[in-house]
Amino acid sequence: MTSENILQVERISLSFGGTTVLDQVQFDVRAGEIRALIGPNGAGKTSMLNCISGFYRPQQGKALFLDKVERANSGFRRGANPAARSALTAGKRRVHDITRTPPHRVAQLGIARTFQNIALYTGLSTLDNLMAARHIHMRQSALFSALYWGLAQKEEARHRAVVEELIDFLEIAHIRKAVVGALPYGLRKRVELGRALALEPQLLLLDEPMAGMNAEEKEDMARFILDIHERRGITIVLIEHDMTLVMDIADRIVVLDFGTKIADDTPDAIKNNPEVIRAYLGQAG
Amino acid sequence: MAILRPAGDFDRSYEQDMALLRRPWHYWLVGFTLLAAFCLPLWGNAYLISTANQIAYTTIAVQGLNILTGYTGQISLGQAAFMLVGGYASALLMIHAGLSFFSALPVAGLVAGVVGLLFGLTSLRVKGFYLAIATLAAQFIIPWVSRHTFKEFLGGTHGAIEAPVPQIGGLIFNEVGRFFTLSLIVLLITTVLVFNISRTRLGRAFISVRDNDLAAELLGVNLFTYKLRAFFIAALLAGVAGALKAHSQRGVGTEFGYSLNDSIIFLGMLVIGGLGTNLGPFLGVAFVILLEDFADLLGGILATAFPELAPQLLTSFRPIFFGMAVMFFLIFEPRGLAHRWQLLKAAWRLRPFTR
Repeated sequence: MTSENILQVERISLSFGGTTVLDQVQFDVRAGEIRALIGPNGAGKTSMLNCISGFYRPQQGKALFLDKVERANSGFRRGANPAARSALTAGKRRVHDITRTPPHRVAQLGIARTFQNIALYTGLSTLDNLMAARHIHMRQSALFSALYWGLAQKEEARHRAVVEELIDFLEIAHIRKAVVGALPYGLRKRVELGRALALEPQLLLLDEPMAGMNAEEKEDMARFILDIHERRGITIVLIEHDMTLVMDIADRIVVLDFGTKIADDTPDAIKNNPEVIRAYLGQAG
Repeated sequence: MAILRPAGDFDRSYEQDMALLRRPWHYWLVGFTLLAAFCLPLWGNAYLISTANQIAYTTIAVQGLNILTGYTGQISLGQAAFMLVGGYASALLMIHAGLSFFSALPVAGLVAGVVGLLFGLTSLRVKGFYLAIATLAAQFIIPWVSRHTFKEFLGGTHGAIEAPVPQIGGLIFNEVGRFFTLSLIVLLITTVLVFNISRTRLGRAFISVRDNDLAAELLGVNLFTYKLRAFFIAALLAGVAGALKAHSQRGVGTEFGYSLNDSIIFLGMLVIGGLGTNLGPFLGVAFVILLEDFADLLGGILATAFPELAPQLLTSFRPIFFGMAVMFFLIFEPRGLAHRWQLLKAAWRLRPFTR
């Protein structure tokens, strides 16, 4: 194995009351890959993401996030694109046990996510939704926020530039100042992706980014995901039900069924895995 | 609703796009409004000026509540109690610590802010209706403390202590016109701060907590500290408003109000003005206070016409009118007067294509 792991999920078990949601699930995510998480409804995919985000606290096991960038003072550096920046500081790594970290700290470490049911800030515009995600990169205190002119204004403008670049990338310039609560579904999904990207994460968790979309919207979204992966060098963990698409874009796939891992392999191997065919994919023809 | 800008209205920098006053005529408008407001004591009668003064300090308290309830989405029924804290703090600091009003005012704000933090601690565990009940505790505990403890300082069951007249140099704020100028200056400062908070990092964090606390947390906002910040700012502004109220009434204590009734009216003002808008507190407070004055007027006229019903007529119109107004707005315009204003502006810009 040449490429290093960015995330290691070690024997995570999660249960609510008497219901076991995840049972000793273990997998790893290599830096720079697209890792898919598939399985039938109720298999525990979203719960897995919630464990990684620090939102659920599993009873057993842990998830380790191997921080690629030493963020002594994770201050935003002007002009440096994420890829160049991570290359600059490559080699230094820190290990965080994110199962014992509060969610807002996990986000600050460099893990961002989108949600199965869109969870945007409905009262804000597209622009402000993305700006809100710059929160962790901004330094202004409450007092500077309130006084605005000077430091806060400069910082706002600087982050605005970053956000505008993302708005261009995701082709949502026309809805820049529209309140997201009123946007159609496909666009909201895209704004949510933008909001996650605005965190400049190293690891992006996407929970069914293409659910409920038509073929064209799905293609757009797939293109964005591939671009994010290739051009921005962000590692992606993806939950998705569209198998054609998953087999196309994922490097490796984990299959969950009733909270246990039943397979973990490349798309080609997964396609022919009898266990996966029985539990999820079904017989062709 | 996208914010429509007139054709040909372009910005050359993000700073320009983010600015509140973007065109020369915006400056003129704000300038003239301020001029008109500051000139009010020159021509208004005492009644008008005292009403304007009441609107000014109440707006500050409601601005605070707007940060907490409108932007952060945490309902509070304790705003009047935090005003009481600020009023007492400022009066006591002037009487016993010999501070001038202008140093006592910010300290009073901070004291109220800290008390607000204390009651805000519950917001970590509860939200919505349950939080409202938890903040109700402040509204019961603080007035009780003021009546039953430290009687020599807080006035005891008498329910009031004197609040000294502010003065700076030879200028004594002993007359309502001068005091209104003072309130207006403080309101101007808090307005600038509140506008800035709402459009920067802090304000977006507040709104993200309100709109989707789960997403906010997973995207890096520490829910607990941001809720506490909102409580602190809300109580701080309440404290400042309380100090202004106390010194303009020359006294502070439960005799002067600061009751649960006031806290509820503040919420009503916010709903009528528009939750989570910067214009809302101004419109809501002015609307409700003028409505109450109108109710008094009507009650007075009817009381002279029907003397046998006078006591009932004089007291019943305020609550009836307020209740009706809140219901009317909740049903017909839940987003408040501020939203109406937005619609009006949009219609004006789209003319003649508006219906």
